[in-house]
Amino acid sequence: MSTNPMHQFNVYRIGPEINLGNIDISFTNASLFMTISALTIVSIFFIATKRKAIVPTKIQLLAELSYALISKMINDTAGSKAKPYFPFIFSLFMFVLFCNMLGMLPYTFTVTSHIIVTFALAAVIFIGITIIGFVNHGVGYLKLFIPSGVPLFLLPLIIIIEIISYLSRPVSLSVRLFANMMAGHTMLKVFGGFVISLGIIGGWLPLSFTVALTSLEVLIAFLQAYVFAILTCIYLNDALNLNH
Amino acid sequence: MELEAAKMIGAGLAAIALAGAGVGIGIIFGNYLSGAMRNPSAAQKQFPNLLLGFALAEATGLFGLVIALIILFAF
Repeated sequence: MSTNPMHQFNVYRIGPEINLGNIDISFTNASLFMTISALTIVSIFFIATKRKAIVPTKIQLLAELSYALISKMINDTAGSKAKPYFPFIFSLFMFVLFCNMLGMLPYTFTVTSHIIVTFALAAVIFIGITIIGFVNHGVGYLKLFIPSGVPLFLLPLIIIIEIISYLSRPVSLSVRLFANMMAGHTMLKVFGGFVISLGIIGGWLPLSFTVALTSLEVLIAFLQAYVFAILTCIYLNDALNLNH
Repeated sequence: MELEAAKMIGAGLAAIALAGAGVGIGIIFGNYLSGAMRNPSAAQKQFPNLLLGFALAEATGLFGLVIALIILFAF
């Protein structure tokens, strides 16, 4: 009995079928885990900030540390002009982090292992940051494509390359998260299959590798959420403080 | 050649791109380590840059893996 490692990424309907015209918007397992993730974040932060003690309890310390991490990240990369965007970056980081981490539990569904989820996040970020850039700098935002100190004869080529690399930002942002999550979970499933097929005698070797791989995946879950957030801050810095 | 066989060969060739990911990650961590040996007190400040560099290098390799999976499962 071999399990197809791709079956874990199936999206299926839970509950009644809801149709909006031709589009199926029924509740799926993906929606379930997105809801679980959002509710977990809200409840953890609600419980953590209820007592508001000056000397924090352990869970309040957790909330304060995550606040401080994101606040420092925004301040270091995007400067003080990006302070109004803190709630967005914080929600983004927490959502991606909890979605990734929830996928590490057995029998759960990893929401961010689908390109449409990560692409939706990255597209919103890309369109939002482009709008922020044009609102803050007007047409001067296009100076983003003209780095300083470039000799004049190279300028047309550099502008084309810069435009292509700017347009590839949402693609790279979304594919990075999607590929990391999908590759990690596929590998875990494949090595899990090896454990079963090698049985009692040889099964300890892939099992120890699977344990090591799971710990690596937990690290990657955190790291990918952090990289997603910090790249958003870097792009926000480009939009707010044009210094090319 | 049948489509199935061509898919297998294409996916195998696309996975060679992961070698670049390995080399890139090795370079980044090697440079961080040699910098940290020279100036240990400044090493902790650059740790976020290390993680960012690692993730970006890994991402490029994983783009190749994505192409391999697209060839295998989407055509």
